Amino acid sequence: MNIDHQHIYDLLEQVPDPEVPALSIMDLGIVRNVELKNNTAEITITPTYTGCPAMDMIEVNIKAVLQENGIESNIKSVLSPPWTTDWLTEKGKQKLKEFGIAPPVAKTFDKLSLSQEERLVQCPICESSNTKMISQFGSTACKSLFKCNNCLEPFDYFKCH
Amino acid sequence: MENKYLFNYLLQLGDNSLILGHRLSEWCGHGPILEVDMALTNIALDLFGQARNYFQYAAQVENKGRTEDDLAMLRDVREFKNVLLVEQPNEDFAYTILRQFFFDAFHFSFLQELQHSNDEQLSAIAQKSLKEVTYHLKYSSDWVIRLGDGTEISHEKIQNAVNDLWMYMGELCEENETDKEMTSLGIGVDLNDIQGTVTQKIKEILQEATLNIPESTWNQSGGKNGKHTEHLGFILSELQWMQRTYPNMKW
Ligand SMILES: [Zn+2]
Repeated sequence: MNIDHQHIYDLLEQVPDPEVPALSIMDLGIVRNVELKNNTAEITITPTYTGCPAMDMIEVNIKAVLQENGIESNIKSVLSPPWTTDWLTEKGKQKLKEFGIAPPVAKTFDKLSLSQEERLVQCPICESSNTKMISQFGSTACKSLFKCNNCLEPFDYFKCH
Repeated sequence: MENKYLFNYLLQLGDNSLILGHRLSEWCGHGPILEVDMALTNIALDLFGQARNYFQYAAQVENKGRTEDDLAMLRDVREFKNVLLVEQPNEDFAYTILRQFFFDAFHFSFLQELQHSNDEQLSAIAQKSLKEVTYHLKYSSDWVIRLGDGTEISHEKIQNAVNDLWMYMGELCEENETDKEMTSLGIGVDLNDIQGTVTQKIKEILQEATLNIPESTWNQSGGKNGKHTEHLGFILSELQWMQRTYPNMKW
């Protein structure tokens, strides 16, 4: 069987993030490397948050999707360089917004911009910037909880990391 | 010999995260408001993730076939090396927030330095954890200010917490033999170097919160060397109950 890198990347596009299924793991930017060794795909991924319970599930799902397509794989998890929301693809940010989650505003995580960041978040529903943070920690590790002062809807914000 | 010190160092760091994470998880379903409940358990989750990284590495360094789970679930009280601060009970919300703030202020400065460790794996764990702890420190600082500079009752409650927990502050930057050995090898953080920054940060926030800084300089320590307050035993009996009762059971 003839497998190449592109084919594997295409298959990885089909593996969703278990917590935000609108995003694939490619959109998330957690796939750091793909290598082929003796017909086995060696895939290197990096966790979004250290305690993210979705990581184990992601590994299982990657293996399953590749196996269905006749490809054996080994998955390696590396911590460095640490994942950043800068690695979210533009397509991924668009998908987040359509899913009702405001995408991260600032490029590059900067601890000094934590409070400035809040002022720039746009409501994913009406696009107003008149929004307010309700809680820095939302339904999952990667999100904060906001509300829109314009349309009054609450929404999740995928915070800069 | 170096491995023994590195192993103990990893336990010191992992135990701090595990025990504080466990304390925070006790708030699950009991937070004063839903947002606080979620925040505290999210912080707990970050800390558990960090503890796993340290324990996985410790298991590898020890190389005796023990796993990360064995280290968390099958060690006795005297083998735990966390600082006393993190095992103190939740009491009330003000107490929990203040304990968190003291630890976050230390943790943040500590990880900033640990990023430059010449041990690659420790440096990687530190870089990763620092991003999370930045959010923890912001969260606990905001709440300390809000409670201290809040109502009469919230002020009184958090001032009591400051007074009670102050004696556990010193241990955070107190070196033991393991710390000294790790510092001399360029692996660990020189606690004398960060002490000033940590104290500065704490004083700054307490002042903004209109809270009094206790004058007492008495410090209670011992946790890093396995001598704990009576609280840790109770934590472990809950934390380890399942593995002790049904050995090797899997979730
Ligand atoms: Zn809106």
